[in-house]
Amino acid sequence: MANFSLKVNGQTKEVDVDPSTPMLWVLRDHLKLVGTKFGCGIAQCGACTVHLGDNAVRSCQLPVSAVGEQSITTIEGLSENGDHPVQKAWLEEDVYQCGYCQAGQIMNASAFLKRNPNPTDTEIEDAMNGNICRCGTYTRIKKAIKNASTISNA
Amino acid sequence: MTLIKTTYNRRSFLKTGSLAGGGMILGFSWLASCKPTPEQVNNIPKEWFDINSFLKIGDNGMVTIMSPNPEIGQNVKTSMPMIVADELGVDWKNVIVEQAPLNTDIFQRQLAGGSQSIRVGWSGLRMAGATARHMLVAAAAEAWQVDASEITVSAGVISHTASNNSAGFGEMASKAATMPVPEEVKLKESSNFDIIGTDRRNVDGPNIVTGKPLFGIDIQEEGMLIAMIVHPPAFGLTYKSMNANDVKSMPGIKDVFPIDAYKDDTEKQWSDGGAINKLVAIVGESTWQCMQAKKALNVTWEETSALESTKGHDEALTKLLNTSSKKPARKDGDVASAFRKADKVIERTYSAPFLAHNTMEPMNFFADVNGERALLNGPIQTPEFLEKTLASRLGLPVEKIDIKMTRMGGGFGRRLYGTFGVEAAVISQKMQAPIKLVYTREDDMTQGTYRPTYKVKYKAGLDKEGNLLAWHVKGAGSNDDLLFENRFPAGAVDNYLAEKFSLETNVTTGAWRAPRSNFVAGAEQAFIDEVAEAAGKDPIEFRLELFDRAIKNPVGEPEKNDYDPERYAGVLKLVRDKSGWSKGQGNAKRGVSAYYCHNSYVAQVLDLNDDTDAPKVDKVWCAVDCGIVINPMAAKNQIEGGIIDGIGHATYSEMTFENGQPQHKNFDTYRLIRHKEAPKEIETFFVDNGIDPTGLGEPSLPPIIGALANALYKATGQRHYNQPFITEKSVIG
Repeated sequence: MANFSLKVNGQTKEVDVDPSTPMLWVLRDHLKLVGTKFGCGIAQCGACTVHLGDNAVRSCQLPVSAVGEQSITTIEGLSENGDHPVQKAWLEEDVYQCGYCQAGQIMNASAFLKRNPNPTDTEIEDAMNGNICRCGTYTRIKKAIKNASTISNA
Repeated sequence: MTLIKTTYNRRSFLKTGSLAGGGMILGFSWLASCKPTPEQVNNIPKEWFDINSFLKIGDNGMVTIMSPNPEIGQNVKTSMPMIVADELGVDWKNVIVEQAPLNTDIFQRQLAGGSQSIRVGWSGLRMAGATARHMLVAAAAEAWQVDASEITVSAGVISHTASNNSAGFGEMASKAATMPVPEEVKLKESSNFDIIGTDRRNVDGPNIVTGKPLFGIDIQEEGMLIAMIVHPPAFGLTYKSMNANDVKSMPGIKDVFPIDAYKDDTEKQWSDGGAINKLVAIVGESTWQCMQAKKALNVTWEETSALESTKGHDEALTKLLNTSSKKPARKDGDVASAFRKADKVIERTYSAPFLAHNTMEPMNFFADVNGERALLNGPIQTPEFLEKTLASRLGLPVEKIDIKMTRMGGGFGRRLYGTFGVEAAVISQKMQAPIKLVYTREDDMTQGTYRPTYKVKYKAGLDKEGNLLAWHVKGAGSNDDLLFENRFPAGAVDNYLAEKFSLETNVTTGAWRAPRSNFVAGAEQAFIDEVAEAAGKDPIEFRLELFDRAIKNPVGEPEKNDYDPERYAGVLKLVRDKSGWSKGQGNAKRGVSAYYCHNSYVAQVLDLNDDTDAPKVDKVWCAVDCGIVINPMAAKNQIEGGIIDGIGHATYSEMTFENGQPQHKNFDTYRLIRHKEAPKEIETFFVDNGIDPTGLGEPSLPPIIGALANALYKATGQRHYNQPFITEKSVIG
């Protein structure tokens, strides 16, 4: 066990965990931030996507010991009032069915739009291909990302 | 005017206030469920009045509606309360929705499965709203000393024009709560619906996009430990021994022990179908520590039955299809002599593999069990059956078992089988502590309860004019005999024979979204396409001719035929017109399909793009007849999801076995459809016929597999008989 000081959603958090513990479980079990989801544990489904700095990463493959000074943003910290353009677009399009994968989809989409504010359909598909939605909301996700890019650029 | 007796559920409606703790608790939980705006805080009523078990009205006119059924992503948590709200006459923006706990005294069929929540709930939900409206009106009539029949209700306001009286629901709520429950109530004419049939966004949307704890796996309770299980790595093996002591000393680990999830004398329900009786439990402080212990644990297993393989299953199914059934499931006319007379005879065999459900949220459940009572909370499609099994297994009366339902991260049939809830309870009982059982993805994918593997053989005979003379179908599946013998084309062909067979296997199987239909529709609709081609007819015209026969002169007793050929033909014509099928642009890369299941009719046209090396789906047109559509925006979402699900599984997914061991354990090798492979566009059209609502969550999945196979043939010249299609030569995506 070891002590780590983490910057999560703009706040400093202390945890005492095994250094190999993935951020996914630090967030869910120790910091009680359960918006980040467990799907596969092997970086294949994208449900656990968070931002490390400005980059979307799979928190199930990110040991707490590798985080250091970098800031972590989870779905709970994406916006103060749930009004990030991507969140607004998701609400407008009524994207979700079960909703379980959507935090990961939203975190990946928001990091992607920051890099590429005016994506083509193909660029969206490429960027989002690592996030599985078992309910099959892919066409709505794509529409929502297009709409979000319009909201952001407005 | 529709009058509905309230008596069959009268006991329920009289039993008010029996839900957890009364009104203010509901108010607080609503507050806690999302970040409230100042406006919402001001809008919280000071007092709630129970009108009946489905709804409470606040002194300011806010209405809390209970959603009775489990929510698995089929959106009943929005659509069921919409039905109550419409009959009540409240403005939807003043409605707060709460998930009801399991309470079989109050609610009927608290189950998510068979696409039946709306169909079965329809009358009761309308009655709940209409009864409350009646009591509000009665209260107003008494207060104003006017005739109740002259009172109108709209958007939460009760009015009597002649006397110039009007009052909000909140003002009349306390009096309404004391009014007698009517013996019968008037329901709205469907033309007066103002919430039903309108787009309403998912009530949990704001919580989903902000990552609020909604799911079973998100549960955190004071003093709660994490539990994981280790189940046999192969079907045919059972627990023998393990190195528990080496693992118990690992950091954070509280205990490691074998459990009898089910004992010999446990009274099992159908929902315990895929149960593994003996497992190993690991209990610890955190999930990661339990995962480490799981890796370090060495369990010895012993063989109790044959270790089966995919090759063996395939051969056994083929063998079954080469036999004849002594007792056919249905027989009309004489197929043998018809085939002898036929000008052309076509015979084709289709197959599909086992499939895992792969809900994105792995199985999990919270349990807190002690000597006196059991509290459970988690994602379950069949809470009532779980409660019955727990009563038997834990030796507690059902009154001492409380089950709450969380939103589910997918179901698809997997959470009909609540064995994980029983496991959680047994582990908690042993620990005498609250625990949350969490499966890893590997546990989840290799546990069983799979969609059965299937094989079906079709034989059709045509005369010189291309008329269908005879149809012979033989179906077989693992622990499941596949066919619906009284569905189309039964009733549309003079000589018809259906034979079905079941292969016994120790690989556990269960309902998987649109059971049986999820395979048989695609096979049948691909076969019909081939038969239509042999007949030299357009595939839509060929089907319409058969429906015409079933309408005008059905074969067999008409009531025996389990479909309405007019509604069937209706969706086919609708999709033909919407997709421009008959406009003659060659239909070069498009396929058509139609199917009936879960009391609903679906027809689809699917267009592939121009990439013949790796074709992708450009567009799907989908016509649906499911009667009245409660929430079109959400209904379209279900249809789109079913289409993507069907295309994905038929194209990419399979579970295979060697020596009893599932060969895919996670999404690195078990392929699911992804963004790039999804259709570019899906357009859905609902038939507007005012018929009471029927199934919606499942019916769009089965036929799309036929439409895809038929389009692939057009695009590549190759027919696809064996799923997943990616294993055949022509590759999609």
